[in-house]
Amino acid sequence: MSKANIAFYWAASCGGCEIAVLDINEKILDVIEKANILMWPVAMDTKYEDVKKMKDRSIDVCFFNGAIRTSENEELAKLLRKKSKILVAFGSCAHEGCIPALANLFNKKLIFDRAYQETETTVNNDSILPMSSYEVKEGKLRIPEFYDTVKTLDQVVEVDYYIPGCPPTPNIVEDAFNKFLTGDLPPKGAVLAPVKALCDECPRKKKDKMIETVYRVYEKEADPEKCFLDQGIICMGPATRSGCGHQCIKGNMPCTGCFGKTPEVTDQGAKMISALASVLAVENELSLDEKKVEELISKIKDPVGTFYRYSLASSFIKRKVIK
Amino acid sequence: MEEFEPKIIAFLCKWCTYAGADLAGVSRLKFSPNAVPIKVMCSGRVDPSFVLDAFAKGADGVLVGGCHPGDCHYAQGNYKTLRRVKLLKMLLKDMGLEEERLRLEWISASEGNKFREVVNDMTLKLKEIGPSPLKTEELK
Ligand code: SF4
Ligand code: FES
Repeated sequence: MSKANIAFYWAASCGGCEIAVLDINEKILDVIEKANILMWPVAMDTKYEDVKKMKDRSIDVCFFNGAIRTSENEELAKLLRKKSKILVAFGSCAHEGCIPALANLFNKKLIFDRAYQETETTVNNDSILPMSSYEVKEGKLRIPEFYDTVKTLDQVVEVDYYIPGCPPTPNIVEDAFNKFLTGDLPPKGAVLAPVKALCDECPRKKKDKMIETVYRVYEKEADPEKCFLDQGIICMGPATRSGCGHQCIKGNMPCTGCFGKTPEVTDQGAKMISALASVLAVENELSLDEKKVEELISKIKDPVGTFYRYSLASSFIKRKVIK
Repeated sequence: MEEFEPKIIAFLCKWCTYAGADLAGVSRLKFSPNAVPIKVMCSGRVDPSFVLDAFAKGADGVLVGGCHPGDCHYAQGNYKTLRRVKLLKMLLKDMGLEEERLRLEWISASEGNKFREVVNDMTLKLKEIGPSPLKTEELK
């Protein structure tokens, strides 16, 4: 059997997804035995020109991590789409936008002002900001354009499969590689992870939840046996896909939602709002005292960062309106 | 320029507010035609994603109407609705949308007049704050 051709690429990401590939440890050797790696920026020096020269659809599977933040990210997404039979959004950034997409609470101008002028350690008296093209004696210099809005991979090109997680856990990565190398694939568009919510498989003891106050993680030492929500600590488990092996839960930290929504949910944050609304209790419920409800809800700091930490770019609203 | 006519998506519970809206109709009350009613079994059926979806699709305002506290046909649906709406308002604010675009009202089957007033008032306020910015917002 001839070897499969695979490629890896990184766009707007932290680099963790690159390492996640290696987290499958010695299994990577099995992958290399069955596949040629044509591109892998973290490990090989492939030039964009080389990719352009490849025949269309000559890459069997391309694993693309990172969100779309610049024109370079978008250009490479389009190029790799053309060169690949199967394009996989690898990791939360490519899948749902992830942490880079929290910058959708700002725009290019606000980000540049902060990063290049206002930060406490910056001296920039001439207010020099990055420019996508600049005239010098020798000609025009260009750098990629920085967009106002971070997008998911499938908002710029068609995506065949998704591998969730920030970063994807070794079990998920290994399982996905096996699926691709054996051709045992679910229908196009599938997320290669279980369909149940994290709570469904969570080992912690659950009660009928009714929480009277909300704690931030640092405000309370969590009982390692009991459900976080029962203890008043927001856990994204009800709104998040399982498959991670409860790594955070086992480390006594609540789920923050990196595996994204379950298949029947349209918006992860909305789902969490719905779940939370059902468990927030106020004393003397029947009086429906609006003030008390407001007081309780005001304990939830940073709703966007809590409910949409990983999925803002793929949510209904996608970005903050900035006038 | 033509006057801006806000589009309001109104999720109304079958047992109270929808009946109230019906009463406003059969009583031949005159009021702004800006609300598009969608009948749901209970205000508690209004998933937060319905509201966000409506805004993402260009609604200028969303009205959620349910039974008065204690009157919900399913006992507690509207208690959950109140919490959801408060959480959603907090979210909308952080996303740069005016809180007033989302409104929750308890309107019973006999309050046709209240329904009229709520719709009139909401239409007026939305005319003041203008079209939803999500309508024109092109992602760049
Ligand atoms: S909310 Fe978190 S801690 Fe509680 S059951 Fe769900 S995943 Fe487990
Ligand atoms: S039935 Fe009207 S609010 Fe529940």
